[in-house]
Amino acid sequence: MFRFLVRRVLGALVILLIISAVTFFLFYAIPRDPARMACGKVCPDDLLAQVRQNLGIADPMPVQYWHWLQAIFVGRDYVGVGHCDAPCFGYSFSNNVNVFDTIMERLPTTISLAIGGAFFFLLIGVGTGMLAALKQGKFLDKAASSFSLIGSSMQIYFVGYIAMFFLVSQLHLLDQPSYTPFTENPGAWFSGLLLPWLVLSIIFTANYTRMTRSQLVEQLSEDYVRTARAKGLSRSSVFFRFAWRGAMGPIVTIFGIDMGTLIGGAIITESTFSIQGLGALAVRSVDDSDLPMLLGVTMIAAAGIVFANIIVDAVYALIDPRIRLA
Amino acid sequence: MTPPTPSAAAPLEVTEESAEKSITSPSPKANESRSPGQLAWRRFKRDRTGVISACIVIFFFTIAIAAPLIAKLYGKNPYDQYGQDAPIGTLFNESGYPIKPNGGIDADFWFGLEPQMGRDVFTFLLYGIRTSLMIATITTLLVTVIGVVVGISAGYLGGKTDYLVSRVIDIVLSFPSTLFFIAFTPVVYGLFWAADEEIPAWGRGVCLVVLLTAFGWASIARLLRGQVLALREREFVEAAKVTGASPTRIIFKELLPNLWTPILIQSTLALPAFVTAEAGLAFLGVGIQDPTPDWGVMIQRGAQFYTDDITFMIFPGVSMIIFVLAFNLLGDSVRDALDPKSKR
Repeated sequence: MFRFLVRRVLGALVILLIISAVTFFLFYAIPRDPARMACGKVCPDDLLAQVRQNLGIADPMPVQYWHWLQAIFVGRDYVGVGHCDAPCFGYSFSNNVNVFDTIMERLPTTISLAIGGAFFFLLIGVGTGMLAALKQGKFLDKAASSFSLIGSSMQIYFVGYIAMFFLVSQLHLLDQPSYTPFTENPGAWFSGLLLPWLVLSIIFTANYTRMTRSQLVEQLSEDYVRTARAKGLSRSSVFFRFAWRGAMGPIVTIFGIDMGTLIGGAIITESTFSIQGLGALAVRSVDDSDLPMLLGVTMIAAAGIVFANIIVDAVYALIDPRIRLA
Repeated sequence: MTPPTPSAAAPLEVTEESAEKSITSPSPKANESRSPGQLAWRRFKRDRTGVISACIVIFFFTIAIAAPLIAKLYGKNPYDQYGQDAPIGTLFNESGYPIKPNGGIDADFWFGLEPQMGRDVFTFLLYGIRTSLMIATITTLLVTVIGVVVGISAGYLGGKTDYLVSRVIDIVLSFPSTLFFIAFTPVVYGLFWAADEEIPAWGRGVCLVVLLTAFGWASIARLLRGQVLALREREFVEAAKVTGASPTRIIFKELLPNLWTPILIQSTLALPAFVTAEAGLAFLGVGIQDPTPDWGVMIQRGAQFYTDDITFMIFPGVSMIIFVLAFNLLGDSVRDALDPKSKR
């Protein structure tokens, strides 16, 4: 297990390194000059050179990339700004804020959205999937399968607005989506994010219902389930202790992938509900040609995806000891 | 020993023409042997959900192809601003919303009028479906071809090639793709157009296809690589090798015919995904842009005034759900027909 984790984490770091390099070099292929944008409309040449120096983009590209990489581990000194402590992703081109601090500030929003959404779609998805597997072929099973199919064909950018129109502007049942820190006011945090959570769960539930149902149906027809029943174990203990455990693997896999994507910033979700998380930050950094911010957000998003994969593989092995971590 | 080439004819069977053909052809006698493709087609015909979904999908493609013709018969186009051109008080009120209820639906404007701009929703939607389906179809074809060639080559050649390709696939799949689309659409534009130049609508379409393809091929390549790893140990491949067949021949003549089933299943699953991805990008303002009609552009427009006129958004939204749902169901039915052993 330990060797597996070390190897995978090293592999993940290599992937992150490559992604950061690709982002870095592709960014300079954009036909826009960040110095000119930071400098403003009227910009004499000497001032432009000064801005270039301050932004740290006067050096050749590989040198810049090396500085950027170095700063993450040892920090970096900026002319006129001072020292930037160790996990340093630089300062934003557009408003000179510390990138790492900004990301840390936005992260709770994105994580709240992801975790709350995950709670609902896991609960609803796995729950209906279990019921459907228990009542195989009955009305409940068919209804659950149909609903999940329709749900999976929906898109956040449509369902989100429809839900906001009916539940917020017409019926006033829910609050306009917004983010309040949990530590400040748990009630407002909950009511502000409830609508996005529910909409996320409509869309994500489908996968879990289908997967849970098909996995459980398969497991329930296995020999070991029959044996366990035959030796006198109760229905529910067979269901939860045997069949459910066998069915969990693939569900953990898709859950890991979904969480990785959500943590990396659900850009469309945040833009639909006008929530200011990492996704919104990413969109803004692209609009402003803000390289340090864009690199920072990309790294967080990619790290979310890569590490979610590692966690999934490790958890998979814990659930099912037959799987070798090679 | 003959190489088993089961479903080589299968993909052809699901098209419209073959539907007509098999209806007109006399039903085969009981003792007549059928090709796997024919068997799959028989299974598919018996699947009611599949046939209905196929009809809906064909309907969408037909109206997409025939959009100019329908618009001509209907007498309007997606660009004229009918609501604005008419004097205030006839179609629109002062604040730019249709006077008639439900977004101004009447005998002249079947799906109503777009608020503010005053375009005709019916033709706008028709042309929007046309744009979206065109981009999604081209992307699916490219992704499938690239994914198939890369996946099969990596799986068959093995060794260093396989290692390298697998790592590239890992990296591509780890990219936060939506973020990258947003960030690097300007890069692709920059390759072809100067910064101050107006980018034509087809140019945006081409860039979208390029970017979607760049990130889309990896998953199908990974799947096919896995399939080929299992296939290449089989006797018929060894037999071909012994007889001195070249790798190209083995890949295209021996392996490929055995892979049509997963390829077809994957591409039917990919197309609706590209439709929604394309619309999502247009919604974010990155892909196709107003005034080019597009599914996502319509939703983006609708989002600007959804509290005042929800009707406008209903049409693109619901039609997209119907299309994606039908296509997903069709994908399931195709899988059931081609691969009856697989469980859903």
